[in-house]
Amino acid sequence: MATEASGAGPADAGGQSTLASLRRRFEGPNTVGNSRGFWIGFLVAVVALAAYPLVVGSYQASRFSLFLVYAFLGLSLSVVWGYAGVLSFGQVVFFGVAGYTFGVVSVNFATPAGITGAFLVGVVGGAVMAFVLGYFMFYGGVRDVYVTIITLVSTLVLHTFMAQTAGDEWTIGEAALGGFNGMPTIPNLAFGVGGASITFSSTTFYYLVLGLLVATYLGLRALVNSDYGRVMVAVREDEDRTRMFGYDVERVKLAVFTLGGALAGLSGVLYAAWGNYMSPGVFELTFASLPVIWVSVGGRKTLLGAVTATVGIEFLRNSLGGELAFVIVGALLLVFILGLPGGIVPWVHETYVEMRGDGTQPEPPEATTEVSD
Amino acid sequence: MSTNNSAAGSPNVRQTAAELATGDRTDTLLQTEDLRKEFGGFTATDDVDFSVAEGELRCLIGPNGAGKSTLLNLVTGTYDASGGSIYYDGHDVTDLDPHERVRKGISMKFQVPSVYGDLTVRENARLPIQRFADGEERRRRVDEAIEAAGLAGYEHVDASQLSHGQQQQLEIGMAAALEPDLLLLDEPVAGLDVAEREAIAERVTRLNEERGIAFVVIEHDTDFVASIADEVTVLHNGDIFREGPIEDIESDPEVQRIYLGGEQ
Repeated sequence: MATEASGAGPADAGGQSTLASLRRRFEGPNTVGNSRGFWIGFLVAVVALAAYPLVVGSYQASRFSLFLVYAFLGLSLSVVWGYAGVLSFGQVVFFGVAGYTFGVVSVNFATPAGITGAFLVGVVGGAVMAFVLGYFMFYGGVRDVYVTIITLVSTLVLHTFMAQTAGDEWTIGEAALGGFNGMPTIPNLAFGVGGASITFSSTTFYYLVLGLLVATYLGLRALVNSDYGRVMVAVREDEDRTRMFGYDVERVKLAVFTLGGALAGLSGVLYAAWGNYMSPGVFELTFASLPVIWVSVGGRKTLLGAVTATVGIEFLRNSLGGELAFVIVGALLLVFILGLPGGIVPWVHETYVEMRGDGTQPEPPEATTEVSD
Repeated sequence: MSTNNSAAGSPNVRQTAAELATGDRTDTLLQTEDLRKEFGGFTATDDVDFSVAEGELRCLIGPNGAGKSTLLNLVTGTYDASGGSIYYDGHDVTDLDPHERVRKGISMKFQVPSVYGDLTVRENARLPIQRFADGEERRRRVDEAIEAAGLAGYEHVDASQLSHGQQQQLEIGMAAALEPDLLLLDEPVAGLDVAEREAIAERVTRLNEERGIAFVVIEHDTDFVASIADEVTVLHNGDIFREGPIEDIESDPEVQRIYLGGEQ
């Protein structure tokens, strides 16, 4: 008995220490939810989302997976705007370019290996597009609102361009871009080669997207709480000050913008595979505004806010349908900008901290600080 | 208050362009040659030849619009020069980006305190240090930076909760944590009370004496200037108007005239 107890003690302590060490990678001043309670809630939420298809069936799960797909787009803007201070209306450019790229490649190489390649090319395409646009903006000295204007104009240019691709001359191999009618018959997402492959549709697609989203969210949490994440936030707060610490601010902005392009590209590829369709509608002003609304309502400085607000608003918008949905989403934006400019998740977090009555962070900033110094 | 003013004993620290071009070092740390900055039709600095010696503590004074902040922003690369050259440690740095100049040993504290309000004092102090130090060395340097800023005990306080004077001290501490050879301070005591001014003066002179950091400090308050520096440069209409000991500058009727206006 005594032997068992003494044997379990260090092992248990070792396990807790490993868990604490793992937690520290995902915690810090740049994210809300630095407590054991948060992680328990996070686990419950993931389990609930995993159980969702079992409860509502594959059709509803497939419908809900679209909202999870959009969450990558919300996260892309949260990273770019919320953490690096670059307000971009161009995330849908990377979303759309990646979606179309996936469509063109997968239609021409409609085998599992071809579709796997199309997935990668699509995501990389979004990142490359962001890199090129970002390079000319940031190294060209474009700052602040002018970045917003250029990204918005890029969106509108893409919309106009893709809308006029109805002719046969805009057929790439087997894939017709289709102008306003869009590009149908994009195959489902598949990973693998030949017989060793898996095709994702309805429920399996839902689980793929959920898994990718959880991994992306945790990866971004680790990033924004790392040394590099602190530099991103420093750039957001004061570019000139950050330069005076020896950081290459343009390079940081370009790297984050490219990462945002990859995330938006991932969203676009999943979107194209979800609906088997892409159209110039993804470059419309209305759609370009949605990420800004999601991130503003959720709280642009929180990754959690971007995810929850994106899923929540899109669920609401989709449930309401029609013009009324846009009126309500627009009203939501106004209410939150005027009433809760920091967004709903930071407000909930602050309220929770105040209710605890100690006015401090819920748990271990001290431990985090000491270790990461 | 005592000062460590190596330039006071070496009145001419300027080097020739040939010396600078060959990289032959003397004790000159910073030198500008015909440095010019134009904003549209307005000339903010007009062919300025300005120099700072290693370990010197020099104050830069002049009426509003004289070009003081512009000169410092040209030295850091925040502004691109319209003409002329900047030499640092014997090398032409005119075309270097700001972060490259910082890595060569120049740093600056801007006029308006710009600490990161959402981060704690410790997290603020860590930001400049994490670029070049890790692990135990990083921890030690962060401790030293907080100590040097006089903010021991405030490690876990959000920077936004600090007083204006403490924020100024934190920023100077963060800039000094980079271990620069030249630190530029733009009005570090603006808006501070007497005790806070004395604390800043004490920090600056300590950093200068103990670490040998050369300073260029923009300041209007001549009492503060006299408390930290012997040598002063007066800037007027974008050019150097006078250079010399603070006693001579204070009693110079021409300097008094440009400060009071109506000279033309």
